[in-house]
Amino acid sequence: MSLTLLIEQILNGLQFGVMLFLMAAGLTLIFGVMGLINLAHGALFMVGAFACASVAAWTGSFWAGLAASLAAAAAAGAVIELLVIRRLYDRDHLDQVLATFALILIFSEGTRWLFGSFPLYLDIPPLLSGAVSLPGGAPYPVYRLAVIGVGIAVAVGLSLLISRTRLGMRIRAGESDREMIAALGVDITTLYTLVFALGAALAGLAGAMVGALQSVQVGMGEPVLILAFVVIVIGGIGSIRGALFGSILVGLTETLGRVLLPHGLGLFMEPSAAASIGAAIASMLIYILMALILAFRPQGLFAANG
Amino acid sequence: MGEAMARNLITRENLITLVLLAALLVGPLVAVALDETFYVTLATRIAILALAATGLNLALGLGGLVSFGHAAFFGIGGYAAGILATHAFNGEPLIFGLSGTKNMLIIWLVGAVSAAVVAAATGLIALRTSGVYFIMITLAFAQMIYYFAISWPAYGGEDGLSIFVRNGFPGVNTLQPLSFFLLCFAVLIVGLVFFAVLKNSRFGAALQAGRQNETRLAAVGIAPFRIRLAAFVISAMMTAIAGALFADLNRFVSPAMLSWHMSGELIVLIILGGTGRLAGPLAGACVYVLFEFLLGGMTEHWQLFLGLVLLGVVLFARGGVIGLLAGRAHHG
Amino acid sequence: MAEPILRLEGLNKSFGALKASDNVSLELYPGEIHALIGPNGAGKSTLINQISGALQPDSGRVYFAGEDVSELGMAARARLGMGRTFQVSSLAGEFSALRNVMLAVQSRQGSSFRFFKPVMSDRSLVDPAMDALARVGLEDRADVPAAELSHGERRQLEIAIALALGAKAFLLDEPMAGMGPEGSKALTRFLDGLRHEAPILLVEHDMDAVFALADRVSVLVYGRIIASGTVEEIRRDSAVREAYLGEGA
Repeated sequence: MSLTLLIEQILNGLQFGVMLFLMAAGLTLIFGVMGLINLAHGALFMVGAFACASVAAWTGSFWAGLAASLAAAAAAGAVIELLVIRRLYDRDHLDQVLATFALILIFSEGTRWLFGSFPLYLDIPPLLSGAVSLPGGAPYPVYRLAVIGVGIAVAVGLSLLISRTRLGMRIRAGESDREMIAALGVDITTLYTLVFALGAALAGLAGAMVGALQSVQVGMGEPVLILAFVVIVIGGIGSIRGALFGSILVGLTETLGRVLLPHGLGLFMEPSAAASIGAAIASMLIYILMALILAFRPQGLFAANG
Repeated sequence: MGEAMARNLITRENLITLVLLAALLVGPLVAVALDETFYVTLATRIAILALAATGLNLALGLGGLVSFGHAAFFGIGGYAAGILATHAFNGEPLIFGLSGTKNMLIIWLVGAVSAAVVAAATGLIALRTSGVYFIMITLAFAQMIYYFAISWPAYGGEDGLSIFVRNGFPGVNTLQPLSFFLLCFAVLIVGLVFFAVLKNSRFGAALQAGRQNETRLAAVGIAPFRIRLAAFVISAMMTAIAGALFADLNRFVSPAMLSWHMSGELIVLIILGGTGRLAGPLAGACVYVLFEFLLGGMTEHWQLFLGLVLLGVVLFARGGVIGLLAGRAHHG
Repeated sequence: MAEPILRLEGLNKSFGALKASDNVSLELYPGEIHALIGPNGAGKSTLINQISGALQPDSGRVYFAGEDVSELGMAARARLGMGRTFQVSSLAGEFSALRNVMLAVQSRQGSSFRFFKPVMSDRSLVDPAMDALARVGLEDRADVPAAELSHGERRQLEIAIALALGAKAFLLDEPMAGMGPEGSKALTRFLDGLRHEAPILLVEHDMDAVFALADRVSVLVYGRIIASGTVEEIRRDSAVREAYLGEGA
């Protein structure tokens, strides 16, 4: 295990974590402010990716695609908030799970109907298509570094939004006492739509960025969604800080685990057994981690509402 | 007292339950008479899914435990059938020198006990949480098992495991579609009777009270945690037996039985039919399978319409099919 | 004097900077009604929660029926005989009044891990439950879902449940609240007779009821017991008058 390989995997883990953060931040905001569990978030991730890929193919510009992904995801978010989500705020979690599960079915099949079952491809923009040299000489894609950069920027931006702006103030107030801010005259309905659309835009951004690394296909958002839920459960539902910590933790654990576990097991097992057992344990690792954390702190690490 | 009991039994809901069961029984018999054995397979699928969802209904409908990981138990039952059959087939011993078997009774026992152990272990952690955390942690535990099944190469991994010859049940020719259906139907009846008896028992009373008001249950001196853990374990066992039957129906078991889509599907069955109602899972399974069959024949995008129907039910017809037909539940 | 059924020793509970319970000690003796009064926000419900096990104090002990129950949860304390009613009625809403009471009977009889015999035809559950309902005057409403009962009926139902539990002490959290004058009078008469079955710790705002029923009164202000004694002693206590009526009273 060379240092270069380790650094490369750590960077991959950070990039994965950042992408998870974009998903988890939206999810945790939506739950913290509106008390709603939203399974359709993965669909919004997918919408962002498809919007980016199709607009990029049509115009030839990745950047146009990126703008389109933000707009499309935010718009899709606003539409479903208006039509479906706002009927669910007073319902119990089971109803929210089922209704948003139904949305997943609708979005997935709808996308398959529109675009077919074959994946779309999204090219990395020329500006970001080079590589830099890591210490040790190995090349690392500029694009992945850019993704990490975007993630950090979003984290900073969100924290500024929440702590410095009036919208942020309303969000924080809404998290602690929903009924009160309505009584104080804050326009709850618009606030909720805004928060939902913001979360959707973040998900769409994540989808668009990932689309250039993997392919763009129906259902791509689902594994990410599950992990994002694990992140917010670990971090504490409602806490952005928890989402950030959780996503970096999960991103690094997932990436490094896959590489280090078979390697480590290979020290005292034969290679093929080490590879398969290592892969098996690595895929379960995140969930074992979550179970352990919840066993000791059932409300997550940075629980927002005490 | 006996007369009152008889009056209590003849309710609209019970009549609907009987009608559904009769229809499910008669359908395949007619199909065989018309030489259309495909419909027998369809009916068998309905019966097995109804049993799996009835298991979940114990925890979710009666207990209010929104388990988003019940596919884990469904899959454990399925893999019990697959693994034991495989070892019986190739003669290799399992762990502890035990050999495989193709006897369904033993397979169901192994599947149920395995599911019980997993449910007890995960329930001990999960049931200390509630609300969204409970949903997420049950999902996560099921995902763990799902990824384990994919990565463990010995039993097919992602490709799954075939059961070349359907397992056997003493006195029944399980290879014959109608006989296998009748076996599944019988097991479903047993499951429904068990559900009804449990619901009306002291345990059921405590479980349902805990769903309605946890504080009230504790205030009368009954500890909610123990009741819920027991309900979770029992529900896992029933779903596992359904899983074993499912694997035998398809002669195939794969990690798909463990996926969160399967967990979601089980919950959907209950909601479509009516949460907590005796015939809810049965009605839901009928609607779901017929929907898939009829609509799937018309368009490959049938799941879009399923999503729309599900959305409609959740938003506007919360009591499901049974709720529409028999009105709100009467708890007596 | 006999041993107290319930004894609180130095209970302290803070929520952040708010001291909800400040070194609270209290006894409840057999055969008495001990009223706990105090202005709104004094911490009365928080105290009841700590006694019944719904809330863990930061420090202090709770002794019930001769045992230290401080480490026990709510269900265990209820099984020992703590019959608690809630300020905001807390019932199994879908279940009928009868089924709510049957739960308590079931709990009193032992294990709930019985899976086979249907409860509704079990006379050993139904009869004691109907008796308890009859005692509070709810026998005609036995089959009504708890959520559909009137406010006053729900309070009566909670008392019936505590009766069916075979409570060794009643912890009543504002049972008169929201009841009209007729209802309050009837309930006052009822509680007067009840004290002989089991002592009552009565949290109340309704002063008529308190003065009519209480053998002893403790006054809770800002989490602290500022006075404790007979009704007459409390009436004359200057600290109490100041807390309720302002200075110079």
